[in-house]
Amino acid sequence: MKAISIKILSALLSGIFFGAGLAASGMTSTHKVLGFLDIFGQWQADLLFVMVSALLVTIVSFRFVLGRKKPLFDSNFHLPTNASIDFRLISGAVIFGLGWGIYGYCPGPAIAALSYFQVDTLVFITAMIVGMALSSFYMKFSSK
Amino acid sequence: MLEAYAYPITGGLLIGISATLMMLLNGRIAGVSGIFWGAITEHRNSFWRIAFIIGLPLGAYWFHLFSGALIPVSDGSVVQAILGGLLVGFGVKLGSGCTSGHGVCGIARLSVRSLVATVIFMLAGIVTVTIVRHFL
Repeated sequence: MKAISIKILSALLSGIFFGAGLAASGMTSTHKVLGFLDIFGQWQADLLFVMVSALLVTIVSFRFVLGRKKPLFDSNFHLPTNASIDFRLISGAVIFGLGWGIYGYCPGPAIAALSYFQVDTLVFITAMIVGMALSSFYMKFSSK
Repeated sequence: MLEAYAYPITGGLLIGISATLMMLLNGRIAGVSGIFWGAITEHRNSFWRIAFIIGLPLGAYWFHLFSGALIPVSDGSVVQAILGGLLVGFGVKLGSGCTSGHGVCGIARLSVRSLVATVIFMLAGIVTVTIVRHFL
């Protein structure tokens, strides 16, 4: 029980840092995101620094963390094993990018933006859940 | 000039710290789409997922409360919200990850699969915005 609750607290802490980071970075502003993707218009480059600074931290920290035998509060690391660059990965990324460019939210910022209490955010997230369910259904009934 | 980049850099550092905490403490990828879908569909040992998801709006709320930064208002229409949401949901599930999982954690693990996904969804986003803003 103790091990479970410390895992829950760790995840909550990580989520709070993530949400604060998304809000601070400007990623929860669809206006800024679309301005960042508009490289042939009035390009707003600031969001480039979000990914660069996040990666500067994780590229260094993951080297140390993943060099450990196990994480602090679990018996092993839970890492993705699929390394294949297949049709699903590529078409999924294209469809995701298309949706991202239409509204300006990716999943993290949309969920963080729930704290802004705007109806459109709820609409986006509901549609996102429907999209995920459809995708999951599609993957069940289509061959790889 | 520097001030304009202070917020994006601070935000990026916080996101990097968050992903580090998740990996160091729980041994998990801080990938929002995967954790979110897991929180909805998996009911065994899933409380950590719900906690992470609740943390996102909580962290955003506290950031605005303490910094005094204005809350951004989205300028898209409801139709764009529905269409964008559907495509984002379908795409992240099919491509097994979004900006956080592939872009921040995957690339840090030096995963070529994640790098390819990140380059493709960035390009797709750029092409979409270019078409919507300049050709429609």
